[in-house]
Amino acid sequence: MIRSNALLTGLAAAFIASQPAFAAAPVAAAPTPNPGNNAWMMTSTVLVMLMILPGLALFYGGLTRSKNMLSMLTQIGATASLAMIIWVMWGFSLAFGDTSYDGWLSNFVSGGSYFLSGTDASSTAATFTDEVISKYVFISFQMTFAAITAALILGATAERMKFNAVMVFVPIWLTIVYFPIAHMVWAGDGLLFKDGALDFAGGTVVHINAGVSGLVLAYLVGKRRGWPQEPMPPHSLVMTMIGTGLLWVGWFGFNAGSALEADGSAGLAMINTFVATAAGGLAWMVVERMAGHKGSALGFCSGVIAGLVAVTPAAGNSGPFGAILLGIVSSAVCYFFVAKMKTKFGYDDALDAFGIHGVGGIVGAIGTAIVYQKFLGGPAPDDAVPLGEQLWIQIKGVLITIAWAGIGSVIAGLIAKAVVGLRVEEEDEVNGLDIAEHGERAYN
Amino acid sequence: MKFIIAVIKPFKLDEVREALSDIGIAGMTVSEVKGFGRQKGQTEIYRGAEYSTNMLPKVKLEIAVSDEVADQVVETIQQTVNTQSIGDGKIFVLDLASATRIRTGESGETAL
Repeated sequence: MIRSNALLTGLAAAFIASQPAFAAAPVAAAPTPNPGNNAWMMTSTVLVMLMILPGLALFYGGLTRSKNMLSMLTQIGATASLAMIIWVMWGFSLAFGDTSYDGWLSNFVSGGSYFLSGTDASSTAATFTDEVISKYVFISFQMTFAAITAALILGATAERMKFNAVMVFVPIWLTIVYFPIAHMVWAGDGLLFKDGALDFAGGTVVHINAGVSGLVLAYLVGKRRGWPQEPMPPHSLVMTMIGTGLLWVGWFGFNAGSALEADGSAGLAMINTFVATAAGGLAWMVVERMAGHKGSALGFCSGVIAGLVAVTPAAGNSGPFGAILLGIVSSAVCYFFVAKMKTKFGYDDALDAFGIHGVGGIVGAIGTAIVYQKFLGGPAPDDAVPLGEQLWIQIKGVLITIAWAGIGSVIAGLIAKAVVGLRVEEEDEVNGLDIAEHGERAYN
Repeated sequence: MKFIIAVIKPFKLDEVREALSDIGIAGMTVSEVKGFGRQKGQTEIYRGAEYSTNMLPKVKLEIAVSDEVADQVVETIQQTVNTQSIGDGKIFVLDLASATRIRTGESGETAL
């Protein structure tokens, strides 16, 4: 359910004595990671890495015009890399550090473990049972989540944001937005965790967060020159389809890996990641037909992502048929936002980071309360909080995430604007960011 | 000498090439081009954003022939390519001032 509820084991002891967590229980033998669980978590970690490079890069890259292809690939690669370096310096500390602060601050961040101090190859992190996994594996797994979330934002600002501006925005945004939200939702003393919010693999932390931040940043950067009058068709839907496939495959690491063990909960997350996604891909094409258009390749890809996003918080919190329902609803709602609301409100969310990740994330986070229930085949225990109450807990989580991400992104965006400026020159935008920002062309 | 330019639907290219070979036309220049006439363009939709593209892909044939066969060539192209629908294309015939074969320096109809 929530990934670090047992991470707290031994935190207090570590805080006082700066000793490995297991020293707190002198009689018990130090817990050793089960190699099976460790192996699955290492696999999951690299699967999430595959989602970023080349999955997300190709998915977004194919949707740009050919003159901006390399700029998209480069921004994603550099953003993910920067996030990894920051994660080991202070990101892990703020989200899952060994030091739990007293009072209200512990709701939002933790401390200690800066530069991974106190961690060695024998350190362990707790899972949801009495098992443990190697701490370096846990840190790596969580690192990939920070990396992909930052990279997801860039879809909203594609084809016009300066590379420099991205490099300034990302570290600030990670620090004031991502790490606190990850702590709030997943750390044992986090605000939303204590509240009982269900977010199996990051519907709020990753998708709502990235979607809302992208929307805010798209507003700050401004519309692309010529949008929406000028046609800006995707330059390669083949690339987008390849990226979609890699994202879907990698998402098994993202969702089933969030069980932190190779157990039945991971298996549930796995089958849900199949069926919700399949339902999402088909549903988008059906909605296209109902709107009087042809079922399209891009529609299929968009529906696949909408389904994946929606099932993320529900992965281990839903039965397979609840997941199918979630995939269908998510596709329909995302279609409405992407095809109708975007032009109505005139925000240039270029590759629909908000329209699919933000909106699909909200559908998933709220829908998780419903599909969690027994009557839809969900895994809710008999003593689970009633549906109405769980719904309110989920909605509260969504609202807090939207507010935090929105305000934090305005701050990070304005700082980047003041330091380097957010947007490329008009001439550079017309000629394409590949030549202007990177001095290369994708296709020669 | 005449210079014949025909703009046709791409899928008819092979058929028209064979038909022209059959009446003894030994060479032509073919290019892929875009354009529009009475046939309007097509509509593309990406995530609900509709773009109508005004230009459609066509194939352009350029053939230099002697005055005697010009009419036969025009007729052959017209009959082969015709599908009775808008967008079948157009045939233009121009007077050709000179022709030179680069290898031998021959000019006039012998160069064709």
